[in-house]
Amino acid sequence: MSWFKRIKEGITTSTTEKKETPEGLWHKCPSCKHIAPSKEHAQRKYVCEQCGYHDRIGSAEYFEILFDNDQFIELNPNLSSDDPLHFVDTKKYTDRIVESQKKSGLKDAIRTAAGTVDGEGLVIACMDFSFIGGSMGSVVGEKISRAIDYCLAHKLPLLLISKSGGARMMEAAYSLMQMAKTSAKLTLLAEAKLPYISLLTDPTTGGVTASYAMLGDLNISEPGALIGFAGPRVVKETIGKDLPKGFQTAEFVLEHGFLDFIVDRRELKTRLGMVLKMLKI
Amino acid sequence: MNFLDFEKPVSDLIDQIDKQKQIGEKSKVDVSVAVRQLELKLEETRKTLYSNLTPWQRVQLSRHPDRPYSLAYIDSITDKNFVELFGDRTVKDDKAIIGGFGFIDDQSVMIIGQQKGSTTKQRQYRNFGMANPEGYRKALRLMKLAEKFNKPVITLIDTPGAYPGLEAEERGQGEAIARNLFEMSKLQVPIICIIIGEGASGGALGIGIGDRVLMLENTWYSVISPESCSSILWRSWDYKEKAAEVLKLTAEDMLSQKLIDGIIREPIGAAHTQPEKMFSIVKSEIKKHLSTLLKEDRKELVKKRIEKFCSMGVVME
Repeated sequence: MSWFKRIKEGITTSTTEKKETPEGLWHKCPSCKHIAPSKEHAQRKYVCEQCGYHDRIGSAEYFEILFDNDQFIELNPNLSSDDPLHFVDTKKYTDRIVESQKKSGLKDAIRTAAGTVDGEGLVIACMDFSFIGGSMGSVVGEKISRAIDYCLAHKLPLLLISKSGGARMMEAAYSLMQMAKTSAKLTLLAEAKLPYISLLTDPTTGGVTASYAMLGDLNISEPGALIGFAGPRVVKETIGKDLPKGFQTAEFVLEHGFLDFIVDRRELKTRLGMVLKMLKI
Repeated sequence: MNFLDFEKPVSDLIDQIDKQKQIGEKSKVDVSVAVRQLELKLEETRKTLYSNLTPWQRVQLSRHPDRPYSLAYIDSITDKNFVELFGDRTVKDDKAIIGGFGFIDDQSVMIIGQQKGSTTKQRQYRNFGMANPEGYRKALRLMKLAEKFNKPVITLIDTPGAYPGLEAEERGQGEAIARNLFEMSKLQVPIICIIIGEGASGGALGIGIGDRVLMLENTWYSVISPESCSSILWRSWDYKEKAAEVLKLTAEDMLSQKLIDGIIREPIGAAHTQPEKMFSIVKSEIKKHLSTLLKEDRKELVKKRIEKFCSMGVVME
């Protein structure tokens, strides 16, 4: 029996749920609580040295990890969302975009760039979860479409790094049709026999899983990433039971036959370079 | 017959007409004039009521319990010259998606549709029109079969969404839908997709890539249902009417956004009041579009289809 009883709940969000990379000198692993200097943590590609937990990182980090000497040309950097439906829920969509742009320093939820990886030419399209949950709207679709055009024009393979909660509701059916758009465009890449590698990172769900993320010649992932069509909460509500342990993790998806392999981020560049050399015609 | 809340004026008039007729029969009084007047009034009421529907009312109509489902359309437009084919050749047969070859007059076609049920038992059997991955894979198998034998594909869309179950995830719901989007984009035969009821998100799109995508007048097509949209954006189920408005999910809206190719008008009082008329309208629309599509060069057809979907979206440079 304690002396004091908490009547009102204070902060209810547990700190372990905050998954964005924190700033500062020290980094605390959200999984095992291991503390390491931030600089060293970054050198380890944002993977915990103790438990191997992969932090969620954005396009800037992936470009730095993958492109040789961090050298790349960014494609269509200035594309940003319009508001064709004049969408207003509790907030105006246009306000949401401006706010997100300020907070994240990004134009939208994806960046595309061309460069070399282990000397092999490659176009990388990488999603950013920090921009409205990495949601897929017209900009995401258009940037992927143009990245594929670039691949076709320069005969380059494509790596698409997915990290998204799914469709962007504020663009309604436009957002839905980005699934059709990207999938249709990928048929052209396939026809030109240019390799398409899809890297599904934590989390990849909804319309992104149900379109380009699952269409790679190779579908690969990072350890522990959440991958699914319906989110775990929705599935739980549907079946009315607790979900089995490890449900919808990369390991689960690999076991069920939808991934080619899971790769530790610290070995991602080497593996990717090797695969690209193997697929060369 | 079932009536929705906003259809009260119509159901009241129908009741009155029935009463008049009963009186006429019982008391042998001539009520034909009164009945005729009420019938005229009913027609007027229907006309004004159904030409001023809100987006939410259209959503309600798209789910009307009497609304005809895919098999009823298929039976009528093929005049029962239809051979249903089952199974995805991998796991099982999904009852939420049906398909097979049929004759529309003398043209052989592959028809695939999402199927709902009209009784509780049937609804369960059809899983409320929510397909599992095997449903999408069955649809793709049938489309490939159609391609092999050079038959056009017609899809009838009517789903509240792809099934979000545990087994669906295990068997790759996302991959199954994605594969269909990819393969339908480059299928070498004409594809006509018709939304006959609900067009909910990826579950609808999974059989929705076509040279012509048409919506019946009282249907909806969007990335999410108004209810779920309300619960996510407003954190409450009470804003579904508002959500239906902001999602711009009606046929008119979708056409003006250039995300579909046309609207098929329904008889006054919506599809369920005059199903036979509805079927014949749909049949003639299919025939009309097929006659142009079948003449097109196949490579050109596929190229145009891909270009059409690739042009969808609005961005700022």
